[in-house]
Amino acid sequence: MELSENNSPEDLKSTPLKAAHEALGGRMVPFAGYFMPVQYPSGILTEHTHTRKKCGLFDVSHMGQAWLKGPDHETTAKALEALVPADIQSLEPGQQRYSQLLNDNGGIIDDLMVSRSAYPATEGWLYVVVNASRKDTDFAYLKKNLPTNVTVESLPQWALLALQGPCAEAVLQSIVPGIDSLKFMQGAPFEFMGVVIYATRSGYTGEDGFEISVPNEQAQALWSAILAHEDVLPIGLGARDSLRLEAGLSLYGHELDETVSPVEASLLWSIPKHRREQGGFPGSTRIQREITDGPARKIVGVKPEGRAPAREGTIIMANGQGVGIITSGGFGPTASGPVALGFVPPALAKPGQALELMVRGKALPAQVVKLPFIQKSFKK
Amino acid sequence: MSTIKYSKEHEWIRVEGDVATVGITQHAAEQLGDLVFVELPAVGKTVKPGDEAAVVESVKAASEVYAPLSGEIVEVNSALEGEPGKVNEAPEGDGWFVKMKLSSPSELDGLMDETAYKAFVEEQG
Repeated sequence: MELSENNSPEDLKSTPLKAAHEALGGRMVPFAGYFMPVQYPSGILTEHTHTRKKCGLFDVSHMGQAWLKGPDHETTAKALEALVPADIQSLEPGQQRYSQLLNDNGGIIDDLMVSRSAYPATEGWLYVVVNASRKDTDFAYLKKNLPTNVTVESLPQWALLALQGPCAEAVLQSIVPGIDSLKFMQGAPFEFMGVVIYATRSGYTGEDGFEISVPNEQAQALWSAILAHEDVLPIGLGARDSLRLEAGLSLYGHELDETVSPVEASLLWSIPKHRREQGGFPGSTRIQREITDGPARKIVGVKPEGRAPAREGTIIMANGQGVGIITSGGFGPTASGPVALGFVPPALAKPGQALELMVRGKALPAQVVKLPFIQKSFKK
Repeated sequence: MSTIKYSKEHEWIRVEGDVATVGITQHAAEQLGDLVFVELPAVGKTVKPGDEAAVVESVKAASEVYAPLSGEIVEVNSALEGEPGKVNEAPEGDGWFVKMKLSSPSELDGLMDETAYKAFVEEQG
């Protein structure tokens, strides 16, 4: 067999936690221009199940963080609403929402989290977190398309940690008192070692948890303080992917790209009724048409019936005809079997629909299932 | 008396008489990470070096295991289909893949002994 050895090109960037990952025995690989741990010695299966049963600590400092700074909330929110289909104006201080940056054809430039700042002194600021692989594109797009009174300030001097799983609240509360007051999709500033950190109750695993923005200088100390807790294991990108896949969450470059609309990506839930009707965001004509007439393709959960995983790129068949493609596929440790996401025509998108997956020349039975593959548990 | 040989594709081959037991090395198992699926060939299949003899899948990716020698598959380790994790626990023991009856035993001369394989892994490292 071929074992791909990932040597580190000189031009890869590192997060402030690289030394910590290496000391923990993390297997470092290139990812989105960064040198990141794909797994630690405990292995992806253990890391995955530990996150669902206790909690896991992730370094996601490679993601793009930025402030969008305008004179007041209404101005900044309206300016961003011209680029995303979510309701940004109605965000309360500290509240967070998921949305997508759209191009003029309604294709997804990136998906992102948008929070209204909870600092009273920063009225008019929105905090955004975007994908590592897209941050340069996103920030350039935002700078070009936001009005001159709303500026984009990227935050490379801030690291980002995620603590995810049922024990996350108790662990973090012991280090950052008061953090238990946050509800799902809320954020607020807290204090750690005399500096301000910014935590939101959100994540990418389907579990309760937090993402914590911390200055690079304090990142190592916060990482170590969290990891010192017996319920916490460090988690690499491998388990991050299997956790998000079981939770039915899209990944840019797989389910999402510049040709895919939010309707096709089954993200219509993130577009409120008044924005669907009024439009006023890039590609709204296409998105309104797809809402009325149905999209050409739609992301669904696909459960192979046997044990063989169906990987990205696997052709989906129905009644002997190619009808779609797997966009992400692998093994779900908590689902105890293979799980996948893929595009099918809307007529074949109902749960229970029988499909076949072409894996190594064989047609393997599968069916469309409701997402997620696991029970989500958020603190509402 | 058995001989253990190693391939550049990270398989170990234990030869007893004209039957070879084939598995993947500890190094390969560590590099692949936790296996979640193993597909084994049909008993009776004839293979030559470089043919696909099995497929292993970790959480992240699928990899082929190539036949290191020519011959006929005479037995497969069916236990791996239900418990692929055996490969990670004991890759050079209970985690064996197939037994094959060799048709060209002289091909063994092209494989590495343990010392040469260790040096090969270090060099790749």
